[in-house]
Parts: sequence; structure tokens; C-alpha cells
Amino acid sequence: MIEAVANAFGHILTLKVLLMILAGLFGGLISGALPGLTATMAVALLVPFTFSMDPTEGLIVLGAIYMACIYGGAFSAILVNTPGTPSSIGTTFDGYPMAKKGEGEKAILVATFASVYGGIVGVIFLLFLSPPLANVALRFGPPEYFWMAVFGVTIISSLASKNVLKGFLGGAIGLLISTVGIAPIGGDVRFTAGYPPLQGGIELIVALIGFFCIPEVLTMVTERQKTFHIAETEHRKGLLLKTFVDVMRRQGNLLRSSIIGTVVGILPGAGGSVANLVAYNEAIRVSKTPEKFGTGEVDGIIATESSNNAVVGGGIIPLVTLGIPGAPPDAILYGVLLIHGLRPGPELFSMHSEIIFTFIMSLFVATILMLPVGVISGRLLHKTVVRIPIRFLAPVIFFLTIIGSYAIRNNITDVYIMLTLGVIGYALKRLEFHPGPITLGLILGPIGEMGFVQALLMGQMLPNKWMIFFNRPLSWVLIILSLFSLFWPLFIKKIAKGWKIKEM
Amino acid sequence: MKKGKWIVLLMVLALLFSFQTAAWAKFPKKPLTYVICFNPGGESDITARIQQKPLEKVLGVPVVVVYKAGGGGAVGWSEMMRTAPDGYTVYGTNLPHTIVQPMTRGNTGYETEKIENVYFFEFTPNILAVKADSPIKTVQDFVEFAKKTPGTTVGGSGEPSANSLGTAAFAKLTDTKLTYISFTGSGAAVPALLGGHVVALMTYTSMAAEYPDKIRALAVAADKRANALPGVPTFKELGYDYVEGAYRGVAVPPGTPDDIKKVLQDAFAQVNQDPGVIKKMEDLGFIMEDYGEEASRALVKKLSVYYENLLKDLGLLKK
Repeated sequence: MIEAVANAFGHILTLKVLLMILAGLFGGLISGALPGLTATMAVALLVPFTFSMDPTEGLIVLGAIYMACIYGGAFSAILVNTPGTPSSIGTTFDGYPMAKKGEGEKAILVATFASVYGGIVGVIFLLFLSPPLANVALRFGPPEYFWMAVFGVTIISSLASKNVLKGFLGGAIGLLISTVGIAPIGGDVRFTAGYPPLQGGIELIVALIGFFCIPEVLTMVTERQKTFHIAETEHRKGLLLKTFVDVMRRQGNLLRSSIIGTVVGILPGAGGSVANLVAYNEAIRVSKTPEKFGTGEVDGIIATESSNNAVVGGGIIPLVTLGIPGAPPDAILYGVLLIHGLRPGPELFSMHSEIIFTFIMSLFVATILMLPVGVISGRLLHKTVVRIPIRFLAPVIFFLTIIGSYAIRNNITDVYIMLTLGVIGYALKRLEFHPGPITLGLILGPIGEMGFVQALLMGQMLPNKWMIFFNRPLSWVLIILSLFSLFWPLFIKKIAKGWKIKEM
Repeated sequence: MKKGKWIVLLMVLALLFSFQTAAWAKFPKKPLTYVICFNPGGESDITARIQQKPLEKVLGVPVVVVYKAGGGGAVGWSEMMRTAPDGYTVYGTNLPHTIVQPMTRGNTGYETEKIENVYFFEFTPNILAVKADSPIKTVQDFVEFAKKTPGTTVGGSGEPSANSLGTAAFAKLTDTKLTYISFTGSGAAVPALLGGHVVALMTYTSMAAEYPDKIRALAVAADKRANALPGVPTFKELGYDYVEGAYRGVAVPPGTPDDIKKVLQDAFAQVNQDPGVIKKMEDLGFIMEDYGEEASRALVKKLSVYYENLLKDLGLLKK
């Protein structure tokens, strides 16, 4: 393997390939930063271009785009409170407050370092632990997916610790929205009001843009008189190095979040959208100052951004070993492999080891290169956004929301849905509902529903079909995790109270 | 002033007409959009990608593949009803999807008859498959197992689909009680089989071709064996009268002129003769077909009768 890796580096470290990686990184950054252009879309758009290349080069470019796209989502999350891709939902929670405080540049640097760290961890797992980890993907059956969704919902109790009831209400709204369209199992038509375009359901990105971006633009416009720019900021010397040291000091968070990202990436059907929220939740739980999260806490950005880039490597693990895409963009990489006649599985490693190791190592190189590319373009973007007066910025963002929501499925209905949800989102924001739990419900609804119905069908072979949820060890792990996650904030409050009493 | 306006208007009209006639004289003159009504990376996408380059060569214009996923394809197909019938936007269509969706749903947004298929290029038969290390080695074994274990789980792609209806038809044929579990695509069902969460899959030949060392195909639901799976018998060889699967083709919006349809039909037929296309498609487990416009209409008609009866039997026909 060492020989293969060395050979791979030989292929990659040529001017042509390095330029291709750089081009892929820039392309990925831009599409990541634009809400509506997700990693899946960016990779799919580029597929035709890779036909004229040999498969290795094609995979290298697509890998670089994928990696940078997931990272680029942080830019819009931090600067305009809108996740550029679903993988950066959690980055808005602390990134935007930081930007508002005038620390936008620092937030972007934190996201950059964390993304590179997570990306590398994911690739290391991919390189060394693919075969044993791939089997984790198979252990997860419908009952486990159901419990995973339940676990995901419990995250709300720490996401919305200030008002748990509103948090869960928001989650329920999200779950309800996720039921619009054709039922994933059984194919029933639900809540479309007889309007055929609604059969496609409400796309997550469209809802994200609606719930995050539109309320923000409306707030910008209504508060225009008070603040002319998003934030006052000045460039501080030595910020780069200081931030780097600050981020690297938090090894526990970096490593934990990266491993969460890798594992979630391995599970088919769950990608960066789930990983970043789980990692955020765990970061809060471990933190000594959980109340600081949501007000511009560096640990929050580290958790989300390192976990989502770790998903890239993690998602490729089942892809190359079993031919099962771990995350949605991997499905397109799989298509590219198949079109070039490369069948994922053990033979890919034995017969085409050159291609596959070059691909893996190129991801590694791309992640490293993301550091300079990210720092330079991040600073530039930050400077631009902060300098543009809001009266110009708001219409530009508004314009981008329309393009973005149209682009995701080339469907004008999605624009109407986005605008409707945007108005609802603004009203909900006024009522102090946080968009986080709503989108969490939207992400987990289909996973939970499918898991639940499929598991019940699986249970047909048991004497009592409901037993299927409780007779598997992995299910119990998730059940216990859920209970733990649900009651942890309450537990913490109890302890805190206890301490106060002692202090008195 | 007023006269000037009229002249301008006339000139614009003349220009438009000249474009129009030019477009009629020689189709196609501008890039063709090939709409895939499913997510990128799926089988419909892969087949379109295989056709893309050769199709560009035949038509002499760029072919752009775009996605309009949702509702099991219905979102794209209902949009096709409203797309300009100029032949520049073609839609990938699938059978039995476009037959059974309007039969089972309240308002699909399209009617089966309104979908003007110009060509069906491949057939993907169902296969019954188990894990490679399963003790179930033949269809006979499976039927015996299912008789002993009522509710035996069979995974597949979508519902209602060739997989789901095929499972129901096979259960009826063999007098067994099978539980069909729908997944969001053929690929999504494979981990469930490999992880032991379902006993078998009623899936497509393509899955056995893609996972040859992990999946054991017991039989193919086609009239003849698939080139990619020469060692796998057909159900008919084993004495089960069971043929089921999905067809892929292309359609144009209703009202598209006949000569344009003819150009598209011939182009897709020519692409289907390309040795590179044949090799790639057959390697993936697809069976090449050659249904022109007329033959496609007859195929849809024949299958409509079959599925209507099947759905009626299963009580799934919409009231």
C-alpha cells in the first residue's frame, strides 16, 4: 500500500493535476457559498466535463469540488446567516453572531482550519480503515435508521435549550413539512392539495433558503436605518496565526466532531446535514460553557465544519468498498465510476489500485490546498460582503435566493415554496422560533418515517411486529443515546442548581 | 410613427417565422435538453450519460442532461405536459411508472396516453436475488422458505413499481405470503440485503451485474436470459410464468410535430446500434430493445391492460 500511495503522489504532484485540483476547489467554493447549489448539484453539473478526461482525472476534479463545496457552505452561513449547503446549517448558529460582532473574518478562519482538519481525518479513515468501517454501513437497518432519527430529534433539547417547548414545536413543524408529496413508502400522495408539482415534496434546500435567508433579508431591510453595514469590522494583524493556535488548542472537539462526521458519512442515507448537527450537539454537551453556544462560540463552528468535511472521506468508504454511496454526492461519483467501467468493491483496490489510491490521495492534497485557497478567498469575500451597504446587499441576496431555489430542481414551484416559507419563517422568527429545529425536523422526517415503516414491515416475520424495534443491540445503543441526549440539558440544570445552593 | 411600429412588428414576425420554418426544415438547430425525472447518479441518469456523447454525434448538436426529480418521476412528467412541443426538450420515461402512477394516484398531473414516447431503448427485467452466502440457492429453495415463513421480507425499489407489483404477482403465482419493503431506489435496497435486514430482493438485473460477488440472482423475469448474467435461468425455464421489469425510453411533449418525432426516434435508434453503447448497457445488466414510436404505443397499450388487471386484483386501483 505504501508503494501505491507513493505512486499516487507521483501522479498528483504534476502541474496539470494540481491546476485541476485548484480549479475544482474554486468551483466548489463558489457553488458551496451560493445557497441552492449543493455539493450534489455541483458534482452532477461537472460530470459531462469529466467524460473527456481519463477516469482518474475526472475523479480528482469531482473530489476537489465536493470537498470545497462542503467547506464553501460555511461562507454564506457566517456572512448572511444562510447555510450554503445543508451541511452548514449548524454553522449559522455561531458563525453569524460572530459576524455581527465584527468577528466574521475570525469565524471564516475558524471554519477553514476546522474544515481542513475534518477533511484530513475523513481521508485518513478512508485510506486505512475502509474495509472494517464499511461493515458498519451494513449493520444499520431500518430499525436503526428510525432510532437514529429519534436520536436526531432529541438534539432539539440542547439546540433550543432556552425554550425547549418552542424547539420541539418547531421540530414538529419541520416533520410535518417533510410529509408533503409522495410518501417514501407506499407511494401515497399527501398534502398536495391536488396540485401536481407538489408531488415532489418540499426540497430541503428550498426550505433552508426560505427559513434562513428570507427572514434575514427582511430583518436587514427593516433595520436598515439603524445599521448601515452588517457589522463594523477592522482587519487585525496576527489574526491568522492567533486563530490557528486557538483552533488547534481544541483538539478534543476537532477529533470528536471529525469522527462523528466520518461515521455519519459511512451510513447511507445520512450525510453532512445530519453530521453537522450531531457534532454541534455533542460539542454543547461536552462544553463547560454550554450557554455560550448560539452567541458566537468558536467551538460551535469547529464542530460543524470539521464534521461536515469528514463526511466526504467517510461517505466514500462504503462507496469504494461495497459500491454503496454513503452521502448523496457519492451517488454521482458512483455513476462516474460505473460509466468508466470501474466496479466498486475489492477488485477496485486490487485491479485498479492505481486509480483508487490516486483518487484518495488527491482528496488529501485537495484538502490541504483548501487552506490557502480558503484563507485568501474567504478574506476577500468577507471584505466585500461587509463593505457593501445593506441597501445593496439585501437585494443581491434576495436575487440569489430566487436563483438558488430555482436551480436546485429547475422548478419555478420551488421559488414560490421558498417565498412562502420565507414569510412564514419571518413570522416564526418574530415569535422566537429558531429555524434550526424546523430544518432538523425536515431532515429527519423522511429518515425516521422510512425507517419506521420499513422496520414494521420487517417485523412481519416476528411473532409481534413491534419487537423489531427492541430486539437488536445496535438499536439499544441508539435508544440509550437518545434518552441521554434528551435528558442531559435537564440534568445539567439540576446540577447547576445544586452547585448554586452549595455556594450559598 | 405608427407606420414605423407596424413595420417593426412585421419585421419581427417575419424574422420569427423564418426561424420557425428554418427550425422545421432542419431539426435540430440548437442544443437538446434531455430531462431525467430522477436524481443524478441513478440508473436513468447512467443510461442517459451513456447515450449523451453518441447522441450528440448523431444529432450534431450538444445534448444537455438536466434533472427534474420528485414524486417517483411524476414531477418531471407532469411538467412535460406544459413544455413547448418543439422537440428540443425530451424526457426520459419509464414503464411501468407512467402507466401505474395515473392508475393509483388521485392527480398525477399527466395521463399515460398524453406521453408521446418516441423510443424505448432498453428493458431491465426483475430478478429475485439473495445474499451471496445465503442458504437459499434456487427459486425452489426460496419458495419453500417462504411457505415455511409467512411474511418473508422482499426488498425492492419504489411502490408501485415493477419490483413491488412483481413481488405481488410472484407471491400470487407461488401461493406464498411475501412482505414487500420499498426502498428509495434499487441501490438503496442493496445494503438492506447485504446487512441481512431483508431475506431477498425483487430488484433489477442491473443490481446483479453491479454486485456480482455479493448478490446471488436466482432467476430473471424475462423471456430470455440476460447477456450480463448468462448463468442465471429465467423464471420461465424453471416453470414459473413470470415476466416483469421496467422499460426506459424517451418522450416529447404532447403536440410535437411528427417529422421532429421521427428525427428523434431515428437518432435514438441509431445510438442503440453503437457498439460502445451496447457494451456499456449490457455490462450494466440492461437488455437492449428497439421500440420505435409505433411499437412503443403498442407496448404501452399492452402493458396498460396487464397492469390494470394486476392492480385490480391487488385492490390498488384508484376508485
